[in-house]
Amino acid sequence: MTAAPEQAVVPEKQIVRPYGDTTGDGMVQVSFTLPLPHDKRAEGAAIQLAGKMGIDPAMLVHARPMGDGFTFFVVYGRVNHLVDTSVVRVVERDFPLLSAKEVNAVVKRQLRRKLSVVGACIGTDAHTVGIDAILNVKGIAGDKGLEYYRELRVSNLGAQVSVPDLVAAARAEQADAVLVSQVVTQRDAHLHNTREMSAAFREAWPAGKRPLLIVGGPRFDEAMTAELGVDRIFGRGTTPGEVASYLVHTLITSRRAATV
Amino acid sequence: MIGKLDLDPVLVARARELAARAGAPVVELARSHTTVSVERAVLRLAGVQGADPDGIPWVNRLVDAVVADVGLGHGVAVPVFDALAREQLADVTLLAQKAAAGSVRFAVPAGRAATTARRAARRAVAAGVRRIDRRRAERERLVRRFGDPPRRPWIYLIVATGDIYEDIPQAQAAARAGADAIAVIRSTGQSLLDYVPEGATREGFAGTYATQENFRLMRAALDESSRELGRYVRLTNYASGLCMPEMAALAGLERLDMMLNDSMYGILFRDINPIRTFVDQRFSRQVHARAGIIINTGEDNYLTTADAVDEAHTVTVSQLLNEYFAHEAGLADWQLGLGHAFEVNPDVPESLRLELAHALLARELFPDAPLKWMPPTKHMTGDVFRGNLLDGFFNLVGALTGQGMLLVGMMTEAVVTPWLSDRDIALQNVRYVLGAAGGLHEDFVPASGGFIQQRAHQVLGSAVELLERVGEQSLLTAIGEGTFGIMKRPADRGKGLDGVVRHEGDYYNPAVEILEGAGS
Repeated sequence: MTAAPEQAVVPEKQIVRPYGDTTGDGMVQVSFTLPLPHDKRAEGAAIQLAGKMGIDPAMLVHARPMGDGFTFFVVYGRVNHLVDTSVVRVVERDFPLLSAKEVNAVVKRQLRRKLSVVGACIGTDAHTVGIDAILNVKGIAGDKGLEYYRELRVSNLGAQVSVPDLVAAARAEQADAVLVSQVVTQRDAHLHNTREMSAAFREAWPAGKRPLLIVGGPRFDEAMTAELGVDRIFGRGTTPGEVASYLVHTLITSRRAATV
Repeated sequence: MIGKLDLDPVLVARARELAARAGAPVVELARSHTTVSVERAVLRLAGVQGADPDGIPWVNRLVDAVVADVGLGHGVAVPVFDALAREQLADVTLLAQKAAAGSVRFAVPAGRAATTARRAARRAVAAGVRRIDRRRAERERLVRRFGDPPRRPWIYLIVATGDIYEDIPQAQAAARAGADAIAVIRSTGQSLLDYVPEGATREGFAGTYATQENFRLMRAALDESSRELGRYVRLTNYASGLCMPEMAALAGLERLDMMLNDSMYGILFRDINPIRTFVDQRFSRQVHARAGIIINTGEDNYLTTADAVDEAHTVTVSQLLNEYFAHEAGLADWQLGLGHAFEVNPDVPESLRLELAHALLARELFPDAPLKWMPPTKHMTGDVFRGNLLDGFFNLVGALTGQGMLLVGMMTEAVVTPWLSDRDIALQNVRYVLGAAGGLHEDFVPASGGFIQQRAHQVLGSAVELLERVGEQSLLTAIGEGTFGIMKRPADRGKGLDGVVRHEGDYYNPAVEILEGAGS
């Protein structure tokens, strides 16, 4: 099926409002806690907060005292904000999604050797859930991890790997790509660790020669690649198939397209 | 055993026999080796306290000084008490300070000097063990005075602010809201520190450092809550890691009530050397046994990395191994908080029936253990509404299968550290389910030969098969080859290996002698 060629490329202004049960009703539901004992005054304070959040009229549907001096509120109401989807900026997938078979075929035919991937959790982060979901054969939600791809050579260093150890492993494995997972975000540890890691790789390899640097984790902003000095950030819900497709696209397909 | 699952008693006995076969060589290894942490624990029991101005504990400085002069293989007790006599010092901490300054030389004495040093070491360590005994008696007295929670499962809640002075009001609020046990989560990565930090701490990553002073402060605060609430509120912390033996000693000295202590967690999930782990584990469990502490094992961790249906039998195998190692170290059944978790993918058909089968299997295999039932984490997606429902089903399975402890699940798991309101909603969930269905286990009898029974038999069968395979090689080989979890952990690799030493012929450890009830 081919779509008719479109003339206009300028995105059209597209305004939406939250949806309760009628288009345009603007209804939202929020919950929060105020450090006040539950009484009429506390309920009034909750409605005042909802009003300042743009919820008008605000319906206080639930208030429950918790411990000493705290009250939990649930508020429903209409917001007056408009959302313009034409000015929303997100990172759209800019590579084709391939099956494991297709990934293997591209690597075998065009790279003519195994593609080497090194993965780790760095810093004090011991949560290997993310890196394991992407690398372990088991994968996630039925999507097998990168170890399952015959043409990928995967080295999973596990948790709490130091940056120097990661650099050394990437060198020893002649890594084409380095995958780093960061789950713990206390005090922005994930951002500090990532910057430290990318700086170390910049120092250890000449420009253009260093392995592709990819970080992933549930709390990353996918648009922060330049700021963190990495090539790609994958957020919540990324599948191994997406990562594999990105790897062959960036390391093989698009590079050949550029040099041919 | 009058069971609901109609388990084959011959197969159950076979499973235990195989666990013992797999574990026995590891116990032998633990009996013939020592570690820096075991020796530091001995010194803590002998009265060495505090840290140098850089925060390095004197026990670390003293063990390092002994190792530099005579190595670790004789145990530190005799060289230390020999030096104490030669230096004519009355206090071991003072000796540690002098040793750190380089003004003490250690030797391995012979003859009369050796006998004198052994006797002095034993006397000092016995005083430490007596302090643990007194704390245990104190717990028993307080439980009698304030009473145990009115029902099972005990409600187990976590605090984790990083600041002990923030943890305390949160823990007291949690106790007031219904928690029977409070666990203070440790700072990320503490399990990989080869020393125990000192003093009250106010900074940590995703948790609060476990220190003797933090233990003391929190226990005192919960004693206050116990008095106020008229029930004894238990305190939990973590032994697992490079300092298992010392954590166990400190927990005993400060009357903690439960400690996370898993036989393989450090190996599989923290890449701690397997031999280091097994040596440290045995000593720490001997101390827990003496202190009357309930251990919590970490089987829930398997299911966070492996599939809860395909790998259900690895949980059973780990429980059997944990039981074997625990009994061998002197722990009684009432002290075995064997872990398991509600981690079957909710999209799998009949996931609730699978959970019931797994939970009931653990219940029937270990009828006298206070099983620790852990909430869903892996399939908590950030959809807090669905998460709350999942936690409700988790609570229901806990009630139906007579679990001993129920770790309260948070619907904001994997989103934020629990907010006040998250905890309140989670506790409402628990109270509703236990209130509405607390006695339903009386009526819940799975159909003979039905889905639940069949599934339980299948998991037990797979567990026995896996143990048969382990037994043909050895537990260490099995761990090295990645039999448990997907991680391969060879015995000659991993963190903390340089702190493991084989006993010399004259190795002496007064703590082990006392704990094993030998000599006098």
